[in-house]
Amino acid sequence: MNNPILLIIQREFLTRVRKKTFLLVTLLAPLIFAALMIVPGLLASMPEDNKAVIVLDEPALLLPEKGTEQYAIDYLNPSEFDLDLAKDFLRTSDKDVLLYIPSGEGWDPDFIRKNILLYGKEDVSLELQGFLENLLEEKINKQKLLRQGVDPDVVEGAKTRVSVKSFTLGEEEGNDETSATPLKMGLGYIAGMLIYFFIFFYSVQVMRGVIEEKTSRIVEVIISSVRPYQLMMGKIIGIGLVGVVQFLIWIVLCATIYGVVITFIFPDLITESAMAAGPTPGINTPDLSNVEGLQIFDMIRSINFPLVLGGFAFYFFGGYFLYSALFAALGSAIDQEADSQQFMLPVTAPMIIAIVTAMNIIQEPNGTLAFWMSMIPLTSPISMMIRLPFGIPIWQVILSGSILIATFFAIVGLAGKIYRVGILMYGKKVTWKELFKWLRY
Amino acid sequence: MITAHKVSKHYNQKVALDSIDLDIPKGSIYGLLGPNGAGKTSFIRIMNQITAPDAGDVLFDGVPLKPADIARIGYLPEERGLYKKMKVGEQVLYLARLKGLDNAEAKKRAKLWFERLDMGGYWEKKVEDLSKGMAQKVQFVTTVLHQPELLIFDEPFTGFDPINTNLIKREIKRLNSEGATVVFSTHRMESVEEICNHIGLINNGQVMVEGDLLDIRKHYKSGTYSFITKDAFELPAGENVSREQLHTGIETVLKLDSYPTELVVQLAQEKQLLGFEEVLPSVGEIFIDIVENGPKA
Repeated sequence: MNNPILLIIQREFLTRVRKKTFLLVTLLAPLIFAALMIVPGLLASMPEDNKAVIVLDEPALLLPEKGTEQYAIDYLNPSEFDLDLAKDFLRTSDKDVLLYIPSGEGWDPDFIRKNILLYGKEDVSLELQGFLENLLEEKINKQKLLRQGVDPDVVEGAKTRVSVKSFTLGEEEGNDETSATPLKMGLGYIAGMLIYFFIFFYSVQVMRGVIEEKTSRIVEVIISSVRPYQLMMGKIIGIGLVGVVQFLIWIVLCATIYGVVITFIFPDLITESAMAAGPTPGINTPDLSNVEGLQIFDMIRSINFPLVLGGFAFYFFGGYFLYSALFAALGSAIDQEADSQQFMLPVTAPMIIAIVTAMNIIQEPNGTLAFWMSMIPLTSPISMMIRLPFGIPIWQVILSGSILIATFFAIVGLAGKIYRVGILMYGKKVTWKELFKWLRY
Repeated sequence: MITAHKVSKHYNQKVALDSIDLDIPKGSIYGLLGPNGAGKTSFIRIMNQITAPDAGDVLFDGVPLKPADIARIGYLPEERGLYKKMKVGEQVLYLARLKGLDNAEAKKRAKLWFERLDMGGYWEKKVEDLSKGMAQKVQFVTTVLHQPELLIFDEPFTGFDPINTNLIKREIKRLNSEGATVVFSTHRMESVEEICNHIGLINNGQVMVEGDLLDIRKHYKSGTYSFITKDAFELPAGENVSREQLHTGIETVLKLDSYPTELVVQLAQEKQLLGFEEVLPSVGEIFIDIVENGPKA
C-alpha cells in the first residue's frame, strides 16, 4: 500500500486513535452525557424537603386550606395571637414558616394583598414562597369575584383549552398525515447541532494538524515526497475518519448506557410512560397525552427517514470537508495557534449564523430565510438538516446538495493553493490581503 | 544529472530566479552558493517539484522532471523537522514509504543505517525525547534511506553540531563515491572547498559563474604568489598582500603582473627560499570579485 494519500490517511488516523486522550474523550463523553440524563432524574426522585407552615389568618382567607403533604398548613387562632405572639410561637414550635395575613379595614382584598408577611426560621425557599403566593392569589381572586357578584364556579367553567390536531395534506384522498411538528423540530434541531459540533470540532483538529506540521518543520520534508494537495486531503480524510469512528462508538455506547439505565435504574419509567400514554379522561386536562399515545407511530411514520438519514450523512461529510479545507488553509497561513483568532471568526461566522437562526427556521421551515440559508453552502449543512425532517421539495434538496458539492470543489482548489504557499512561509504575520495574493502564485 | 534551461521564478513582483542555466554533472558534489536570498532555495524547491518554475525547463537525466522522479531524490530542507510525538522507527518507515519504498525493505535498510550511525536504542523512542544531535541523525537517515541518485542538502551545516557536521561530510563523500550525485547549498563559502568539486554561484537570481571548482579558481587567479623565506626581504615593486611570521619562516604574499622568475632565483640564492606557490583565490574571494567587477570573460 504505497499510495501516498492512503499512507497519509493511515498515519493521521492511527496517530490520533492510538492517543490516550482519544480513548478518554471517547469513553468519557457518553458517560458525561449519561450523567446529564440521569442526575436530574435522581434529584427529582429524592425525598422532598417538607416544611410545616403556620398561618395567622385574621380575615380567614385561606381557611380551611390544609396544604399539601410537602407543605402542611396549620392555623393559629386570631383571637389568641397577634403578630408578635405568633412570631414567638414560631421560635419555640416545630413549625418552619409563619404566614401572616392581616384583615385591615373593611376586608379590602387589595389591602390584604399588599400586606401579607412571611417569616421563616431559615431562608424561605422560592418554591415554598411560590406555592403560598399561588394559593393566596387564587383565594383573593375568588373573593374579588364574589364581591362583584360573580360566581367563581362559572368563571372556572368558562376556561377553555383548545388543542388542534394538525394534518399535512397528502397528495391523495385519505392519505393525510398526522402532523408531527414537535418530533420534527427535535429531530431537525438535534441533527443540525450534531453537524455543527462535528464540523467545528474536527475542522479545528485539521487546522491543528497543519500547524503542527508547520511548527515542527516537517512539512517541507513531506511535500518533497507528496503533493501538498495530497497531504491536505489525506489529513482531512484521516481526521474525518477519526470523527466517524468516534461518533459510531458514541452512538453504540449511548444506546447501551440508555438501555442499562432504563432497565435497571428507572424500571418504573417504562410503566409510567406506558400509563401516561393511555387516554386520561378529564374535563380540564388537555388532550396531549392522548395525542402522544395514539399517534406517535403515525408521527414517526410521517417523517421520511431515508431522506433524513441520507441527508444527515451527506451534510455531515459535505460540511466537514468544506470547512476543514478552509481550516487547513488557515492553519497553513499561520505559525502558531494563537495567531488563528483573527481568521477564525470570519470563517466560523456562517456556522454560528446558521445556529442562531435555527429557531426561526424551525418555526418556518419553508420560509424565505430557511430557503436561502439552506442554499448558501456555508450554512446549508446545518440549516438544511434542520429543515429536512419537515419534508422539503425534492428540487431544493438536490439544488442545495449540488451547490454544496460544487462549492466544495472550488474551496478545496482555492484552499489547496493557499495551503501550498502557506506551509512554506515562516515567521510572517499573514494578512487577508496576502492570502488572496497567494491564490495567484 | 540536472540541467536547468532558462528557469525563471518570481513571487509577486520579486524575482527569485531570472532565467538561469545550470548544469549539475552526474557524480559530482555540487555546491550551490550565494548569499541569503540569492535564489538557492527557490531552485532547490523547483528540483524537488515543490514549486514549478514560471518559465524554463529542468531536465533530470535529459528528461523533463516528472512526479515519479521524487523517489530518486533525497532532500534535506533548510527548515527541517520530524513529528515530535511519533516514534523514531515508525517515522523513518513512514517517510521511506512516502518515497515509494515498501515496508519490509525500508525496515531492513533503516536497521542497517541505525547500526552504522550508532543509533541502536532510538527505534522505539519518541522524537521529542531525543537530543538535538540524535534527532539530526534521524533526519539524515530519512533523507538517504531510499538510496536516491540525487541528494540535495539545503544549508546542511546550519543547526548541526560539529560532530554531526563531520559525520555528514563523511557520509556525503561515501554516498558520492557509491555513485550518488550530491547538491548542497550554503552561504558559507569556506565550507565548500573541502567537499565540492563543482560549484554554481548565484546572486540576485542569476548565475554568476558555474563549473568545475578547480577550473574556476584557476580562471580567477590574479597573479598572487606566496614566498616562504627564512628572513624577511625587501619588497619589490607591486602589490603586497600580506607578510606573516610562520613557524617555518616568513610568508610573504605578493600580487604580481607576471611570473616572478628573477625574484624566485634571487630569493633562492640570498634568502633561503623554503616555499613558493601560486595562490588560487578562494570561492569567497571569487564571489566578491564577481559581485564587484562582474564575471570574468
